[in-house]
Amino acid sequence: MLTAIVFLPLLAAVLLAVVPRCGDVAARWVWVGTATVELALVGVVWAGYETPPPGELAFAERAAWIPGVGSSYHLGVDGLSLPLMAMTAVVFLACAVYALRERHRPRVQASLFLFLQSVCLGVFAAADLILFFVFFDLSIVGMYAVIAGWGHGDRARSALKFFLYTFLGSLALLTGFIGLYAAADPHTFDMPALTAQNPLAGRPLAGGLVLAAILIGLAVKTPTVPFHTWLPPAHTDAPAVGSAVLAGVLLKLGTYGFVRIAAPMLPEAWRGWAWVIVAVGVVSVLYGALVALAQTNLKRMIAYTSINHMGYVVLAVGVAGLVGVDTAEPRAVAVTGAVTQMVSHGLITAALFLLAGVLYERAGSYDLHAYGGLAAPAPVFAALFAVGAFASLGLPAFSGFIAEFQVFAGSIATAPVTAVALLGILVTAALFLRAGQSLLTGPTAGCAKGFGDLRANELWSVGPLLALSLLIGVLPRPLLDLVEPAARTVVDLLGR
Amino acid sequence: MMRTELLLPEMLLAGGALVVLLGGSFTPRHRQWILRGVAAAVCGTVIITAAVALSDPADTAFDGTYAVDTGTGVARILAATGCLLVLALAGDELARSARESDAYALLLFATAGAVLLAGATDLLALVVGFLLASIPLYALIGLAGTGAGAEAVLKTYLLGALFGILLLLGVTLLAGITGTTAYAELAARLPDAPRSVVTAAAVAVIGGLMFKAGGFPAHFWVPDAAQGGTATAATFLTTVPKIGALLAVHRLAEVLPGSSNWPTVVAALAVASMLLGNLAAYWQTDVRRLLGWSTVSQVGYLLVPVVATGRSDLAQPSLLVYLAGYTVTNVAAFAVTAALPRHRDRTSWRGVAATAPWLAAALVVALLGLVGTPPTAVFVGKLTAASAAWDGGYAWLAVVVFINSALSLFYYLRWLVPLWQPWAVAPPDRPGRWSTTVAVVAAALSLVVGVAAGLVWRAAGG
Repeated sequence: MLTAIVFLPLLAAVLLAVVPRCGDVAARWVWVGTATVELALVGVVWAGYETPPPGELAFAERAAWIPGVGSSYHLGVDGLSLPLMAMTAVVFLACAVYALRERHRPRVQASLFLFLQSVCLGVFAAADLILFFVFFDLSIVGMYAVIAGWGHGDRARSALKFFLYTFLGSLALLTGFIGLYAAADPHTFDMPALTAQNPLAGRPLAGGLVLAAILIGLAVKTPTVPFHTWLPPAHTDAPAVGSAVLAGVLLKLGTYGFVRIAAPMLPEAWRGWAWVIVAVGVVSVLYGALVALAQTNLKRMIAYTSINHMGYVVLAVGVAGLVGVDTAEPRAVAVTGAVTQMVSHGLITAALFLLAGVLYERAGSYDLHAYGGLAAPAPVFAALFAVGAFASLGLPAFSGFIAEFQVFAGSIATAPVTAVALLGILVTAALFLRAGQSLLTGPTAGCAKGFGDLRANELWSVGPLLALSLLIGVLPRPLLDLVEPAARTVVDLLGR
Repeated sequence: MMRTELLLPEMLLAGGALVVLLGGSFTPRHRQWILRGVAAAVCGTVIITAAVALSDPADTAFDGTYAVDTGTGVARILAATGCLLVLALAGDELARSARESDAYALLLFATAGAVLLAGATDLLALVVGFLLASIPLYALIGLAGTGAGAEAVLKTYLLGALFGILLLLGVTLLAGITGTTAYAELAARLPDAPRSVVTAAAVAVIGGLMFKAGGFPAHFWVPDAAQGGTATAATFLTTVPKIGALLAVHRLAEVLPGSSNWPTVVAALAVASMLLGNLAAYWQTDVRRLLGWSTVSQVGYLLVPVVATGRSDLAQPSLLVYLAGYTVTNVAAFAVTAALPRHRDRTSWRGVAATAPWLAAALVVALLGLVGTPPTAVFVGKLTAASAAWDGGYAWLAVVVFINSALSLFYYLRWLVPLWQPWAVAPPDRPGRWSTTVAVVAAALSLVVGVAAGLVWRAAGG
């Protein structure tokens, strides 16, 4: 089942790539069709999911791959990966619908995005470090091609920066993986086996170095301060769908690695470094928010809020390592909040980037001051943008609130000093209100004149993303029921 | 006792070379393609016989001077595969040229030399293999007949002579202090020999072999030959001789006592080759020269599992898997340059993706493969090589491998980017059919080897 989910988009991508006679219209609809089937398949998995016992994965599949080095084709899901897979399927479907009006080489674009969907789902489904890395690295290649091929502005430079930076990060990650492999006895790359083994227990120096390599790799991908400098140019010059996937899904590959690999496999080193991770998280929260406040380019602004939002996740997983008396419960709440934040941020930021794409497509500018009073010519756009902005700043009734509330409830209960990160929410609220005010209100001026409202494909891509965020905000239980047992497992593993 | 059936692949290669050489003298120029067919058939037969022999238990021939085991078996298959791909590639460049059949004979001779190097378990057999692999190369590079080609030959010849002497010096030292040239006896006697002499001899022999591997400090001829020689010669000499040389270093490393510090020597050579190859490639605008320097860095990575010889079970299989991946990936990259011989400057590659999408795809797979992007074969090679080094107590070497991989990404990308840009003056040339086919097949093979790495690993004795 998981194999089908991971490789179906790849199959469609290869077909689209090697059948040049397939027309543009057909290619667009093949993309939408495949993404729909993917969402349905993930839905089937969700419906049939039963929480596996700790240390095991549901829907596991395993086949020999390179037995000589202890690497196998091993897939499986649990409460950490399944919500992210579902979010991935939703975001890619939204992008497919949004791209229905794409005029620039739509066949190749569809093929590339299907490839990206395959590798992103592969990262979340992988239960073997090498398999994880294969998909992780290919996501970089795919996104590089998206930015370089369909971006605008100084796209070649931004794409190159993205590639070099994240590739360097991925190699640090691979170095850490080999460290885990070499320390394990018997040598293996299997994730559940490594998690059970805790291979570097009692070796603080080696454990610290291996964790440092893995953390750098994941921090570049997430990105956290100070490894974030590739993100703003990559977002600014990427196409709308590229930004949506980059922010919505690709950033989660980094944060997912924290809860799936770094924390459970190196608990001792993680506990030792927990305060550093917490500090990086808090700095990312505040720095991302403050720099976002200073932006006039809408896309750069959203990009910096992504750094801010990923900072909450880093903060929460850092707090999870602050093992103390009677803190297991709040730390589990923080981890649950982190996973919820990954899902929530994926949905909301993808929607915001698609809306930013609408702006650029109509008027060729992301400059907040170039617009004014968009609410009159484009009421639907204005309404969706306002909803997206409120969702992003963490207003109750949206998924962001559920996530950030849990992150802070867990963090402050464990370490009261982390309350300083609450300032981030305040700044984000201010900057979104300011952006909304500048874009939507006042007399219609500048690029806003003659601005066409959302078309059907734009409405039906952005709308469902925000609706889902609202749904999670109002009815969080189905999602939390899935995440909570897995979050408790992570906290238990960290306590070893 | 002579057991000829053990050496069937080697005899086929040498005999086939003679047949092609003599047959070429009696064949008119417009029918010389027949000899290419003969040479290709020889390579095909070698691959099949070597693959069949791979399942036999390890054995030795000529009184223990030549090992017929997994290492030799895989080297036979890889060298013959490399030679076969190069022969196909020559269809664009050498067809109906003045020295067509001579080139094919030289390719087969050099392949036989590389295989001999890989299997030699006696210092004198090693020297014979070294010479047999070197001398045809000089002539092959010279076939270009250009000024740059002549310079490359001279440089190669002088370096070959110098490092050949160094090799002989090391062999003499080893034979002098132990009274034997056979590896089996060397292994028994070397631990009692004076440490400093053994270290000096090891440096000399390994240094001499670096000429054939194209690694530091004997790498100077590689970029010149890659740039000045024909595409056929450039592809061959950056691929096949390395297989023999690296296995020869590996076999020698199995014999040398740990007290002689040989791992430090090999690790230093590995780091120097990686760094120098990558840094020098940065400034290149000629794509063939760029690839030439990139092969120097690849030798550095290939030496990493050699360092772990005797310390990690992963050493030999990872070396063989890396060699398999390197052979197909490097041939793919050079074949792309052979397909567009007039496009030597990397900026002249604009618009190639639009006019020749398959060629562009092959180049993407080949170059990203050389960086070590999964799921290509070189990724598995690099991963297992680094794992072997870490497992053998050289964790820092694994880190160096990945830092260098990151370094190399930039210059490969700088060549890839123009492919998608619109052409400036005129559209790119029509790519050669044979070279394009070889490029696509080799690139596809590198993906297949990467995905089916488990099977390759088992064949490599893991």
